[in-house]
Amino acid sequence: MLITQLSIFLENKKGRFTEVAKILGDANINMIAFTVAENSDFGILRLIVSEPEKAKQVLKEYRYAVSTTDVVCVQCPNVPGSLAKIMNHITEAGIFVEYMYAFSTGEEALIIVRPDNVELTTKVLTDNNIGLLSADKLVK
Amino acid sequence: MIWNEKMECMGREEMRQLQSERLKETVEKVYYNCEPYRKRMQEKGVTPDDINSIDDIVKLPFTSKKDLRDYYPFGLLSTPMSEIVRLHASSGTTGKPIVVGYTRGDLKIWDEVGARCFTAYGLGKQDVIQVSYGYGLFTGGLGAHGAVETIGGTVIPMSSGNTEKQIMLMRDFGAVGLACTPSYALYLADAMRDSNISRDEFKLKIGVFGAEPWTEEMRKELESKLGIKAYDIYGLTEIIGPGVAHECECQNGTHICEDHFFPEIIDPETGEPMPPGEYGELVFSTITKEGMPLLRFRTRDLTRLVYDKCKCGRTSVRMDRILGRSDDMLIIRGVNVFPSQVESVICEMPELEPHYFINVDRVNNLDTFEILVEVKDEFYSDEMTKMISLRKNIIHRLQSVIGISPDVKLVEPRSIERSQGKAKRVNDKRKLK
Repeated sequence: MLITQLSIFLENKKGRFTEVAKILGDANINMIAFTVAENSDFGILRLIVSEPEKAKQVLKEYRYAVSTTDVVCVQCPNVPGSLAKIMNHITEAGIFVEYMYAFSTGEEALIIVRPDNVELTTKVLTDNNIGLLSADKLVK
Repeated sequence: MIWNEKMECMGREEMRQLQSERLKETVEKVYYNCEPYRKRMQEKGVTPDDINSIDDIVKLPFTSKKDLRDYYPFGLLSTPMSEIVRLHASSGTTGKPIVVGYTRGDLKIWDEVGARCFTAYGLGKQDVIQVSYGYGLFTGGLGAHGAVETIGGTVIPMSSGNTEKQIMLMRDFGAVGLACTPSYALYLADAMRDSNISRDEFKLKIGVFGAEPWTEEMRKELESKLGIKAYDIYGLTEIIGPGVAHECECQNGTHICEDHFFPEIIDPETGEPMPPGEYGELVFSTITKEGMPLLRFRTRDLTRLVYDKCKCGRTSVRMDRILGRSDDMLIIRGVNVFPSQVESVICEMPELEPHYFINVDRVNNLDTFEILVEVKDEFYSDEMTKMISLRKNIIHRLQSVIGISPDVKLVEPRSIERSQGKAKRVNDKRKLK
């Protein structure tokens, strides 16, 4: 139930993200979700892609600093209060969330969560019948 | 191993005698054959008769880089052009280059002192040595080349650049020694890592690094990355190129070939001699050269001299690591900053690659001081907080060593320019205005 997320260190320079997008596009790798954390000098681009290992390899060839992190993808009904319920389970289990990002449309929202303990998070959420998307589902 | 035991292990008093005789001869030579020298000496009221021992050297005027530029190209030669067999020159990035003419005798001296260096590093006739200093007007390539041939080793006259071929030949020819700038050695180490050729395929054991100041931390980095012993070689175009001084197996300072090059340490401000063991500016007089002898040449290198006998058996005086050059020293917000201080901090931090670049500028009458560093791949994190605290830590470490707080910028891997010769690591835009 774990999903591999890529993190890329990028200097705040014009065209850096464009280049990453092009490299991945040329390698026929699809981006599913991403978020950028930035400060004045640099940013960290976090990406969920169709083929993370291949993407990592391709980006490394272009000398990007790429690391991979395990994250979980939570399926959350797109109705008020449902995220609060899920987060409550996480918090009550003593889990600290480093960061998360999400997008909702239609029936459900997909939320990428980076907790300090991925195994525990997975267990807690499945025990509470909260849907987690697996990597293969995410791609198709 | 010692190449010339007689000269390298000579008693101190005997050495002084020899230096005194040689200085006297050199002073006569320049006085009668080189007009600028004669004029300078006359202005100071000194004649060759006033120079009777090496102690009298303090009576002589200094020579500087500026003199070499002013008398460009051949004004400081003390020998007719017909005796000059080779010319070398510095890069001349700040105007006219500095030109030095060598006689056949000078080249023999150069080979001799170069041979002492390479022998001290443990290299010998059985060894294949790749010379990756630039060949040409720069003294590095041909200087190291002559040294290897003199000890009877096998030289690969590679020159700089063409990194893939460097690595291929180093492996295929079984090079044991590598002579180049420390920054190029780092570049080669990175390229070897990237080429996926295992270290076991190389026979490399000994590095001969010089032509730019480097730190003890850089030595550790090079030794661990290349799996070698890294030795310092010191030289400068004006004196004779690489071979003026060298480390021995003890690696505790560079032995100066003082039967040819007499060193002094002076106060860079006043020009007065410093007490023994004190740090100051290194000054050299060539006491055997024929083509262009230089008396009391101010190197701008800051170091000190150590006269104790070395464990290796050599009695020759040693110079400590170069702290920096008096003209490399940056004065930022009133504080003296040497790039070597920055280098020592960067090389000590396991999270950082040993590459850096310093930008200095002045904005609203205030000096700005920025250092670009590369984080090693495995230390890039997906968490912003970790990257920010790493940056804070770097600033803190630098500040504790330098005394002022730099702005540190984390940059992408391989974005700091790798040098194939002498590294350029500082851009002081204040000087351009």
